[in-house]
Amino acid sequence: MMRRTLGKLASPQLLALVGVLLINWLLFPNFFRITWQDGRFFGSLIDVLNRGAPVAILAVGMVGVIATKGVDLSVGAVMAVAGAVAATMVVAGYPAPVAVAAALLVGLLCGLWNGILVAILEIQPIIATLVLMVAGRGIAQLITEGFIVTFTDPVLIYIGTGSFFGFPMAAVIALVLMVAVTLIVRRTALGLFIEAVGVNRAAASLAGIRSRMLLLLVYSLSGLCAAIAGIIVAGDIRGADANNAGLWLELDAILAVVIGGTSLLGGRFSVPLAVVGALIIQAMNTGILVSGFPPEFNLIVKAGLIFIVLIIQSPLASRLAPPRLRPAVKGAAK
Amino acid sequence: MSIITKLALAAGLATALSTAGFAQDISGKVIGFSQIGSESGWRAAETAVTRQQAEERGVDLKFADAQQKQENQIKAIRGFIAQGVDAILVAPVVATGWDDVLAEANEAEIPVVLLDRGVDAPEDLYLTSVASDQVEEGRVAGQWLVDNVGDTDCNVVELQGTVGSTPAINRKQGFEEAIAGHDNITISQSQTGDFTRAKGKEVMEAFLKSSNGGADICAVYAHNDDMAVGAIQAIKDAGLKPGTDIKVVSIDAVPDIFTAIAAGEANATVELTPNMAGPAFDALAAYWANGTEPEKFIITESKLYTAENDPAGEYDRRKGLGY
Amino acid sequence: MPDQQYALEARGIVKIFGNHVALDKVDFGLRPGEVHALLGENGAGKSTLIKILTGAYQPDGGEVLANGAVVTLNNPQHAQTHGIGTVYQEVNLLPNRSVAENLYLGHQPTRFGFVDRRKMERDARAVLARYGLNLDPSSELGAHSVAVQQIVAIARAVELSGKVLILDEPTASLDRNEVERLFDIIRDLKASGLAVVFITHFLEQVFAIADRVTILRNGKLIDTKSLDDLTRTDVVRLMLGKDIAFSGATMLEENRPLGEVLLDFKGYGKKRSVHPFDLTIHKGEVVGVAGLLGSGRTEMARIMFGADAADEGSVSVAGKPTSITSPTDAIAHGFGFCPEDRKAEGIFGDLSVRENIVIALQGKLGWFSALTRDEQMEIAGRFGESMDIRAASLDMPIKLLSGGNQQKVILSRWLATDPAFLILDEPTRGIDVGAHAEIVRTINRLRDEGLALVVISSELDEVVAYSSRIVVMRDRELVAELNGENINPGVIVQAIANHRDGAQA
Repeated sequence: MMRRTLGKLASPQLLALVGVLLINWLLFPNFFRITWQDGRFFGSLIDVLNRGAPVAILAVGMVGVIATKGVDLSVGAVMAVAGAVAATMVVAGYPAPVAVAAALLVGLLCGLWNGILVAILEIQPIIATLVLMVAGRGIAQLITEGFIVTFTDPVLIYIGTGSFFGFPMAAVIALVLMVAVTLIVRRTALGLFIEAVGVNRAAASLAGIRSRMLLLLVYSLSGLCAAIAGIIVAGDIRGADANNAGLWLELDAILAVVIGGTSLLGGRFSVPLAVVGALIIQAMNTGILVSGFPPEFNLIVKAGLIFIVLIIQSPLASRLAPPRLRPAVKGAAK
Repeated sequence: MSIITKLALAAGLATALSTAGFAQDISGKVIGFSQIGSESGWRAAETAVTRQQAEERGVDLKFADAQQKQENQIKAIRGFIAQGVDAILVAPVVATGWDDVLAEANEAEIPVVLLDRGVDAPEDLYLTSVASDQVEEGRVAGQWLVDNVGDTDCNVVELQGTVGSTPAINRKQGFEEAIAGHDNITISQSQTGDFTRAKGKEVMEAFLKSSNGGADICAVYAHNDDMAVGAIQAIKDAGLKPGTDIKVVSIDAVPDIFTAIAAGEANATVELTPNMAGPAFDALAAYWANGTEPEKFIITESKLYTAENDPAGEYDRRKGLGY
Repeated sequence: MPDQQYALEARGIVKIFGNHVALDKVDFGLRPGEVHALLGENGAGKSTLIKILTGAYQPDGGEVLANGAVVTLNNPQHAQTHGIGTVYQEVNLLPNRSVAENLYLGHQPTRFGFVDRRKMERDARAVLARYGLNLDPSSELGAHSVAVQQIVAIARAVELSGKVLILDEPTASLDRNEVERLFDIIRDLKASGLAVVFITHFLEQVFAIADRVTILRNGKLIDTKSLDDLTRTDVVRLMLGKDIAFSGATMLEENRPLGEVLLDFKGYGKKRSVHPFDLTIHKGEVVGVAGLLGSGRTEMARIMFGADAADEGSVSVAGKPTSITSPTDAIAHGFGFCPEDRKAEGIFGDLSVRENIVIALQGKLGWFSALTRDEQMEIAGRFGESMDIRAASLDMPIKLLSGGNQQKVILSRWLATDPAFLILDEPTRGIDVGAHAEIVRTINRLRDEGLALVVISSELDEVVAYSSRIVVMRDRELVAELNGENINPGVIVQAIANHRDGAQA
């Protein structure tokens, strides 16, 4: 069991992550330097974990949705809504736990809404979630009345910027969420059912799987994850920025899931590898920032690197690779 | 009321003096205002200040929110013309496509004043335009740094606005003009923070790592205050004192930067005034009083604020404006 | 000169995929003016051979000769220039373009550089007439039946190629009349000197149309023979390498005492889908369902299983009235359903054989009582063995298995739930002879074990072989129930036909 788990981790995604980190190290020799400062670890590698956490959390929710052959475009907007709810409530004097609970509930309801559109009304996911992608940001602006709502609540700030045994709180939350969701989907039959619905929803229904319930569940989870990410991002800047919080992060989350090896056509999925995908993306971002490239090249460099990662993972590349490098997974499973 | 009364027209002191006298003359006038929308805090403040200015002068302001759509603005302007307003203020959402509707206003002999952005239309179709000089904003910020570092060597990290946006280009250019010739000041790193707090913080974190934990950075220049607020948090997280260990200068003068200045965590900001309407009303007053044709391009002042300018008071004055 | 007797010939063809030898020195000769059946179980190498003969694959050894000359076929278009045309099971044309355009796509007659639509449609009309099709060449191809589309595809292949026509399971989605019509066309083409390769799973069709037969097994050539010298049993024996017996019509069922009533459908139906029907099903009996395509057979199966909810009538299970409005309800009562369209509604292509077997049981157990991997392996292994599922590994994706093995997996899926009642919709369609026999054997075994089964099949011989009773569907209505001596293909056909006459009267 243990060896199989380790074997699974020796995936192209992890190799890609290591590759990106090594490139960063070549561009910036101190990249791996980690120091202890004010009761927390401090260094570029920690930044990758901390900054990658919101997209990683979105990816944890997104991977289930994509495995069912869906997509959730609304997560960025839901982040903004959840951040706005949490911030305006603490500013209005509610205790932080109440504000956080309310924000999570709102995220869950947003996800449920998407789930209802997809599972019950059978609207195509890309269109169904587009509704909230557009409307969500407007809702967030209504809640904040167009301001950046700044707050000084220590609990919210701790969620965004605190540290836990020296590690950034955001990264710890992402890790806990990843482990929890992985256990939930793999120790119960949910993972199998999600994959079955994604591969063939008609066959899943005939096999007695309640695919509607399942879709409601995965979209709700995605909404909940978006809310968590939204609270973290708000806590990080000590304010809810309805215009910019989570802007375009849905695309990063989708990319993270795809880099993590889950096909947009649904089916097989891996929560941990989606998180690795998010870390690959963030390692690129951080690498670009520390490397000193002019900002005009950011997007080109990023696109180029992503292209290379996707090429490495493509079926063509795995056919061309020498056999001993090929399926680490299969070898370890024996 | 310092931000209102201290506004000076680039046209010159004489005009400024003469317009002050006519402030009363436009009470009772009906003026339409077609605003772009409320896409940013500054935009909301501009709307709030415009309403405030109108109220002070006894102007009956007709407000129309275009929600980022030119067609809505054109509709609103036609509506104003039909209502027979005395003048129209427009903050144009795009530069092109205004010729027809401006000509209609011209025909109806209703003067039009453009706020904070220009248009590609014949100049005789509008009375004047009121806008800030973004290059000047960068220049003022740069000059502050030049004045405050003296002869010591200073590595500046720059947090740019969105790549390719006009304010990012102009504010970068102005800053570089101001520090040109001062070889002790160099921009060591420059990255985009997309005008947001979150990106400003993230980029600053990376700069700190790649600059020997921040020891090699003498100052941050942020193209807007939001990125500076983010950078200040990153500097604090790295165990340094913003404002002291690393100087912070930025542009816009939104309320939150004054909190930081008051706390000694930011050093200076350059105001992009939301009061475009004040100068516009003054120009209209002079025009109606004795037919004075105002300058075609009225430039608002790019005023520098530091800890000496009562930052706590500035915060209080601004926080209700919708930033 | 003996080479010249073949329009298309393959000599010593070898094809290797990885370390699997798909074709091992296979010879194949096709004479002008013959219909040559190519037979073999799935995986025998038929489609690999076809792909080499049409240039889709390049052989790793041996050579292909057209009219006695060695040729290298780079791709199917290149093969066309050597006179070799192919028609696949799934019509490979553009349904939203006109019939004429489909006939001439890529070769349209032009005039001054423009497509000469009038000439094209005039020519198309003449060509179609030769195939007995009198239809408007400017009409959309998709508006016509699959059979007509199939004929258009044949016409296109013959017009473009002209010497060799390869038909890869052309009859899989056609009904009896349509098959006859297709065969008439093939006979005409044969008479005009065309060489035809015919691939099918239906032995009776082979005997109806083919002159010679080539049989492959495990990538090796077993024999090429004239069909005059062979019986059906001979062919099956050659294909499988062993004897399997087809039992004839049976009347033994009458003597067997019926088990207790398991299911009782009364006035069960769904508006605009199936007329209300009465059907009582006993433990230990197989109720065969016969009827033409579109007669409501599948719709009846779906409402019995709750895949579509019935909106009238009642059902009781083991004497207790109940309601079945979803597959989940049905499964809770011990139902299972193997759908007709295996690929679209049966298999989870990307999931493993193991997961495909345990999924319904897991669905029955619910979200939280997850089977461990070891339990899954045990269950899958047990059924893999008892159903003789041929898979290199239970962890390989099911989409890599042959159709017959996929069907065995789906049957295993339901058997794993320990069902009381199984509905099998066309369980033997499009699968190889070995799997076919295995499934028939399983149906008999399950009946003997006391299960109730409803089996829908177009293969009347087959229905007759295992059914205790047969119900006949027509026009979405259950029109007859046959027992005892009436269970033979002739009577069934008559039952459908008689009623048809009666309905018209």
